[in-house]
Amino acid sequence: MSQPPVRLREQESSAARHTLSVLVENKPGVLVRIAGLFSRRGFNIDSLAVGPTEHHEISRMTIVVNCAEHPLEQVTKQLNKLINVLKIVELEPSVAVQRELLLVKVRADAETRSRVLETVALFRAKVVDVAQDAVTVEATGNRDKLDALIRVLEPFGIKELVQSGMVALGRGSKSITDRALRPLDRAAGAAQ
Amino acid sequence: MTDQTTTTVGSRPGPPGPGRPGQAPSPRDLAARAPAREAAAPDHRRPEEPGGQPALVTGAQALVAALERLGVDVIFGIPGGAILPAYDPLFDSRSVRHILVRHEQGAGHAAAGYAQATGRTGVCIATSGPGATNLVTPLADAYMDSVPLVAITGQVPSGLIGTDGFQEADIAGITLPVTKHNFLVTEAGDIARTVAEAFHVATTGRPGPVLVDIAKDALQAKTQFRWPVPFDLPGYHPVTRPHSRQVREAARMMMAAQRPVLYVGGGVIKAGASADLLALAELTKMPVVTTLMARGAFPSSHPQNLGMPGMHGKVAAVGALQKADLLVALGARFDDRVTGRLDTFAPDAAVVHADIDPAEISKNRHAEVPIVGDCREVIIELVTAVRAEHEAGRQADLSAWWAQLDAWRATYPLGYDEPGDGSLAPQYVIERIGKLAGPDAVYVAGVGQHQMWAAQFIEHERPRHWLNSGGLGTMGYAVPAAMGAKVGTPETAVWAIDGDGCFQMTNQELATCTVEGIPIKVAIINNGNLGMVRQWQTLFYNERYSQTDLDRVAEGTSAGGTRIPDFVKLAEAYGCAGLRCETAAEVDAVIKQAMEINDRPVVIDFIVHRDAMVWPMVAAGTSNDDIKVARDMAPDWDVTE
Repeated sequence: MSQPPVRLREQESSAARHTLSVLVENKPGVLVRIAGLFSRRGFNIDSLAVGPTEHHEISRMTIVVNCAEHPLEQVTKQLNKLINVLKIVELEPSVAVQRELLLVKVRADAETRSRVLETVALFRAKVVDVAQDAVTVEATGNRDKLDALIRVLEPFGIKELVQSGMVALGRGSKSITDRALRPLDRAAGAAQ
Repeated sequence: MTDQTTTTVGSRPGPPGPGRPGQAPSPRDLAARAPAREAAAPDHRRPEEPGGQPALVTGAQALVAALERLGVDVIFGIPGGAILPAYDPLFDSRSVRHILVRHEQGAGHAAAGYAQATGRTGVCIATSGPGATNLVTPLADAYMDSVPLVAITGQVPSGLIGTDGFQEADIAGITLPVTKHNFLVTEAGDIARTVAEAFHVATTGRPGPVLVDIAKDALQAKTQFRWPVPFDLPGYHPVTRPHSRQVREAARMMMAAQRPVLYVGGGVIKAGASADLLALAELTKMPVVTTLMARGAFPSSHPQNLGMPGMHGKVAAVGALQKADLLVALGARFDDRVTGRLDTFAPDAAVVHADIDPAEISKNRHAEVPIVGDCREVIIELVTAVRAEHEAGRQADLSAWWAQLDAWRATYPLGYDEPGDGSLAPQYVIERIGKLAGPDAVYVAGVGQHQMWAAQFIEHERPRHWLNSGGLGTMGYAVPAAMGAKVGTPETAVWAIDGDGCFQMTNQELATCTVEGIPIKVAIINNGNLGMVRQWQTLFYNERYSQTDLDRVAEGTSAGGTRIPDFVKLAEAYGCAGLRCETAAEVDAVIKQAMEINDRPVVIDFIVHRDAMVWPMVAAGTSNDDIKVARDMAPDWDVTE
């Protein structure tokens, strides 16, 4: 029996990292709604960063997901259905600035300190705390750069490490908040 | 979207007091007391003072005033500590009738039944903690079946939230995955706006349940009541108008197809698009299949209706989808019970998928032509576009396709075997109820065999006359949903067709029905078993009937030989008429007897054969191509007339 090709959703297409910028109303419980949606629908979050924007009533989440094109479309549609979500933009790495923050406590005694500091300088990172036998280093950059820094610091002995989720902003003069704000303004106007 | 933010609600006035549905005899004493109370209580119905200044009211009064202005005529609920402040002004409301249920689950399903039968928003109300958690099942049920529902729950005072206070449950957190949206209100001043927003979200776009959780101190605090109240929903903009280029492309494909099918789902009923669907079907001559949620969207008696597709669908309907070269899905969602094994579903078909929810399109099956929009608007535009195609001389010739479909229909009609031992065939009972009560009645089913037979053997001619729990499959849905449907459509006969298993989950609402004067009719299809589960045990578990026999009484106990419970006695205990029927000869007479009793609910205990099975069947996880018309009997797809 010959089976004609079936047009199904493309489950097999290759997974890739995608960065979503999600503008949400700054209301209690919004983070739970978004995180819950991801876990409920079986999507994995690589990283999630959330913080205020230039408008106090809007928060911005930067969500990095590792998935194929079809699931990404699904997750975007499902996110859009959340009442508190104002806007979703996928930021292509080529047209966006993407940064993560790393704080790392490295063993550094009198013998190794100068070499540690040299490495820190090479990566344009900086030392933010010094102790007898350790330094705390702060570095920002994309994931590749931070991974490289960690690799180089590892031989000295990493005592503790913390990384933020990625934040990203599109290049150029346009702002993704402009249009998302308009309905908010109207609501505010109508309320008066 | 200016209209989103400035639209006001409450244009539909609530029906006046005397004409209210199913007016109960019981509030007589209440009515006698009302005037006296009214004089004493602050009048929350006219909170605006003569000077135009908004009056100071409690949050609870604002809640009731908002419900009144939203046109709510009935709410189902049970009071308790945290919601108690709301029940005080509710006591005085002339336009909002409160129906006191026996369990919050009953309130939720009743609100859903009301909503599905009337097209209006169903409202239920419960207290915090267990009251609220008892609403979870009906909320999940309404979410799966896209029923517009607003649930109002009391919450512990805002200062106690998060302290594990008495009867505290994080109901907003709990219902997050099963509501379209929910709100926690801790300020009296936010109550009216939030309730208005809840109704707006519940009814627009893809309808769904919305929960409003209100802290007790917010209900008690004073606030200014303003109405109308502008929404604050900047992120909510449902799309209803379809893209006209997509619609034209769909029409073009419909004219080019040789084996097209209109795959109709519940969205058509929600959109009120049945008449438009009829026009489209007759214009295109396309065959129609109506899913479980869409029974009644297109008349069962119409020659173009092939019936229900899916796991227990008709052979012609299932075959039509499998062999189609074009599926035009209207308000349907390619549920696994319709598609069977997804990678073998309708392998030759291109898909046009119209739905108001963009996330449904290409979720399970890729759509070549996605159309986001309200089904009614989509179908109206499709009719115009198809007419334009016809005028341009393009028209599909479906005669060969219809010859094939008619052959399947003629060869594999729905049917059933009479039990050899002279006992009653459940299908016969349901068929006779459908015939005698007719298409004017509303039919409400639970979940299981009786639900499938009711979907198959009743002629569903009209939208909103077939209610059931399709997506969630909630046993216990039928009795309370029938109660809600009867309250919403008091002039219509409402028949709950229920299984004996389902019935025992929520039958306490019969007390509500009797007390509140809601004369529903309940036909229990009593096979003494969890019938659908038993059917699977017969087919897939080697006839090992583990825990499906409901009335087997352990040997040596005094109740041996009797039926547990005795549904006739149970009915009578609830103040209902209780009837029993055990033979085919009695069926018509008993149904007619039930139809003549309208002063109280009627329960008929139909004792049916326990081994009857639902056919046809596509076994779970298998392909629709492997449908069986009876045990080990596959249809011959190449049959010709």
